Amino acid sequence: MNSVLAQLQPPKHHFGDDEDRRELERDAAEWGSMGGFGNLGRSGAPSAFLNLHTDSMSANPQAKIKLAHGTTTLAFRFKGGIIVAVDSRATAGSYIASGTVKKVIEINPYLLGTMAGGAADCQYWETYLGMQCRLHELRNKERISVAAASKILSNIVYQYKGMGLSMGTMICGWDKTGPALFYVDSDGQRLKGDLFSVGSGSTFAYGVLDQGYSYDLSDEDAQELGRRSIIAAGHRDAYSGNTCNLFHVRQDGWEFIGNYDVNELWYEYEAKKKAAREEAMAVEA
Amino acid sequence: MSVMELNGGSVVAMVGKDCVAIASDLRLGNQAVGIAANFDKVFPVNDKLYYALPGLATDVYTLREHLRFRVNMYRMKEEREITPKTFTHLVSSTLYEKRFGPFFIEPVIAGLPPKTELEPNPKPFISCMDTIGCITTPKDFAVAGTAGDKLYGIAEGLWEPDLEPEDLFETISQTLLNAVDRDALSGWGAVVHIITQDKVITRTLRARMD
Repeated sequence: MNSVLAQLQPPKHHFGDDEDRRELERDAAEWGSMGGFGNLGRSGAPSAFLNLHTDSMSANPQAKIKLAHGTTTLAFRFKGGIIVAVDSRATAGSYIASGTVKKVIEINPYLLGTMAGGAADCQYWETYLGMQCRLHELRNKERISVAAASKILSNIVYQYKGMGLSMGTMICGWDKTGPALFYVDSDGQRLKGDLFSVGSGSTFAYGVLDQGYSYDLSDEDAQELGRRSIIAAGHRDAYSGNTCNLFHVRQDGWEFIGNYDVNELWYEYEAKKKAAREEAMAVEA
Repeated sequence: MSVMELNGGSVVAMVGKDCVAIASDLRLGNQAVGIAANFDKVFPVNDKLYYALPGLATDVYTLREHLRFRVNMYRMKEEREITPKTFTHLVSSTLYEKRFGPFFIEPVIAGLPPKTELEPNPKPFISCMDTIGCITTPKDFAVAGTAGDKLYGIAEGLWEPDLEPEDLFETISQTLLNAVDRDALSGWGAVVHIITQDKVITRTLRARMD
C-alpha cells in the first residue's frame, strides 16, 4: 500500500531553482511512465475553488460548472455471479447534457466499476485503479482480489477527503473467493455487500430490486431484475433515464449483455401490465 | 431550489396560416420525482381561444379558476365572447394585481380573433407574459416553462410562416417533443391543440417517459 501512496506524491527534486523543478516535473508527467497520472496539483485551497466555480461544495447557484449528480446505478451478487446495471443520462442542472454516457467503467477483464457523482472523478480514478491492478499482477504473478482493488480506491479517495472529490461507486469482480461486490464512496466509506444501488434514482431501483431479489435467481431472471430496476428508476427520477447498460460478471470475467432504451422498454412493460390486467378481468367475468 | 422549477413543465404556441397551435407537456413533479403524467397545463376559454399556465402547480389551479370567474363575468356584462387580445390584457392585469407577491406562472395565450366589420380578415394571435404580467406578442411563436430556452432553440430552427394546420401540428409537436427530451423537469407525455376557424384538433403524443 505504501507504494501506492508514494506514487501519489509529486516527484521530489533536490537541484535547480523553482523554474527548473517545475519544468522537470512537467516533463516527467508528460513523458514519463506515469503517462500524466499521479500529477494532480495540491496547492491552493481546493474547497474554496470548488465552492466558487462548481455546485459540489455548496448550493451556489451562480456556479459555472455544474457537476453530473443525477444517476441510477445498481449491482447485486447472486449464484450466477454479479449483475451490474446503470442508466446513461448526464445532467447539468435541469439540462440533459447527454443520454449516452458509459457509467460502467471496464477496469480490466475481471473488474467493473460504476459511475455516480462526478463523472471525471470516477473515470479518472477508476482508470488509475486499473493501472494499479495491472502493477499488482506483474509484481505478484496473480490477479488482484476485488477486496484489495476496492481498498486501493478507497485509500486514494480518503487521502483527498475534503477536497471536493465526488464519487459513489461499486467495484464488482470475480476473484479466487468467488463473486465480490464493494461499495466505495468519496467520503472514504467502503462496504462489502450483496446488493447496492447508488445515485438519485437509487431509492426507486431498490424498490424493484428488494421485491425481486434472491441469491438463487437464474442468470436470465437476474439480468431482467437489473434491467427492470433501471427502467423503473429512469421513469420516476428526472435525473436518470435514456438508456440502460447491462453487464454480467462470471468466473471467466465480465460480459456486456446489452444497451436498452429506457423509454421503449417502459412502454413494453406497460403493455404487458395492461394485458395482464385485462386477462385477470376476463377470468373474473 | 427555485419555485419555478419545483413542479416542472413547459408550453409552446405557434402561429400558422389561419390557424394557431398551443401545446404542453403532461409532467407534474416534485423536484426530481415524477408524480403525475396527466397534468394538462392548457385550458380553453372558448373554441377559438386557449391558454397555457406553466409554472407552480398550485398557482395553475388558482389562476385558472380566477380567470374562469373573470371571463364569465365579462361574458355576462358584455354579452359576447372575449377576444384573444382582451383576454391577454385581462390575464396581465390579474397578474399585476399580485405585483409584490406574484403567481409563479408564465402564461402563454393562443387564439383566432373573431371577424368584424373593421377587420374582416384578422390574423391569428399569440401572446405570452412574465409572472407579473408584462405582455409580449410575437409574430411567430411563444414559449415558457422549464424547457423554455430549449424550445426557443428548436422553434427558431423549425418554424416557418404560413403553415397549414397539419404542417403546424407536425412543427409544434416536434419542437415540444425534442425540447422536453433535453429537459429533466419536463416531458412525461404531451398534448397539442390546433385551433382552426371551424374546429379544434386535440391530440396526445406518444412521448418519452423517462
